[in-house]
Amino acid sequence: MNSVHDMGGMHGMGPIVEERNEPVFHDEWEGRIFAMNLAMGAWRKWNIDASRHAREMIPPAEYLRMTYYERWVSGLVELIVKSGLATRDEIESATPAAGSAKAVPAANPNQALARIATGLPAKRNVDVPARFKVGQRVRTHNMHPVGHTRLPRYARGRSGPSTVTMVFLFSRTPMLISSVSARSTFIRYALLGASCGAPRRGRKILCT
Amino acid sequence: MSPDLPHRQQHEHDHQAVPSDPALRVKALESLLVEKGLVDRAALDALVDAYEHKIGPRNGARVVARAWSDPAYKQRLLTNADAAIAEMGYGGFQGEHVVVVENSTKVHNLVVCTLCSCYPWPVLGLPPVWYKSAPYRSRAVLDPRGVLREFGLELPEDVEVRVWDSTAEVRYLVLPERPAGTEGMNEEALAALVTRDAMVGVGKVSLSKVVSAA
Repeated sequence: MNSVHDMGGMHGMGPIVEERNEPVFHDEWEGRIFAMNLAMGAWRKWNIDASRHAREMIPPAEYLRMTYYERWVSGLVELIVKSGLATRDEIESATPAAGSAKAVPAANPNQALARIATGLPAKRNVDVPARFKVGQRVRTHNMHPVGHTRLPRYARGRSGPSTVTMVFLFSRTPMLISSVSARSTFIRYALLGASCGAPRRGRKILCT
Repeated sequence: MSPDLPHRQQHEHDHQAVPSDPALRVKALESLLVEKGLVDRAALDALVDAYEHKIGPRNGARVVARAWSDPAYKQRLLTNADAAIAEMGYGGFQGEHVVVVENSTKVHNLVVCTLCSCYPWPVLGLPPVWYKSAPYRSRAVLDPRGVLREFGLELPEDVEVRVWDSTAEVRYLVLPERPAGTEGMNEEALAALVTRDAMVGVGKVSLSKVVSAA
């Protein structure tokens, strides 16, 4: 979607401020919401594309006003409500509805650490022919999807040699993606058309 | 750039515009999720501890130091970074597919995530605030040399600058140039020189470690 999160190429955002000896989290709540995002992901109600989209849906003025982890709060609340893991009433009142507690236990510390050590690879080793060879000149689509896209505005309608060809899982729009370079700036994602490969778990497999 | 500007002060300023106190909101959310059996408080503690104390740029520094010391390893790192990084015992969440890009006297690589904050967590930890900020995300792809100047790095005109815009799937790690004068150093000593900024591409590695502010 064309919102303010797609910042590449914008002017007027001010100077870059680097902080010496920056802590990983600036307040305790930042660490808590970070960890809750990771832990809640284990219920497999959403994937990384959906969690990114939940943050992209924050209205632009709000998005710019919020700190980074405030966006994580907003995004997680939306995902929890949309997936039905809790209702908005429960979140606003901080009180679970009667009888709504999960029967399946949540991940314990060892399980949570094992999950991050393993990771969630998006790469799929499926046998689909790549439509483009590495080095072949490609042009990105000039497109404006309302959902999540990996193709930022500054890289749309641009041409350059394809640099990477891999197959990844992608949750929403079927598309072919490839990294391209234009002049000395390497720009990601030529969007190249139809999906390839069979649907898996109800999602499309995409060639990137 | 104003490296001494207190970040927390900025945060507090930002917070004034937010309707509810995020600390209270997050506390309420956590207690709800715990009561509903959706999260285990001890698991949250373990995750915070892992990213505060175990998963950080020292991991990436060891990868870089090994690549500088072992040409065969460097080759593996540049051709299949995931396997080479796994050899060092690193890998996992938000770093499942890493591409390593090598700096040289002719090419300087810079990593950004214009859409959000993608970053190779297993080797660099969580990104600093500036990496996730609007100024860096907006200008790294438009004026990379200007951005590098803000970090105190002035590159000669004949050095090609390549900007890598990260995605959720593919995240980049810069293999910085090994500085002159480090020929006799072992991997541990070399790793101590490697900064996070150099592995993102906003700094260079130097013997004095003063090229970049961080």
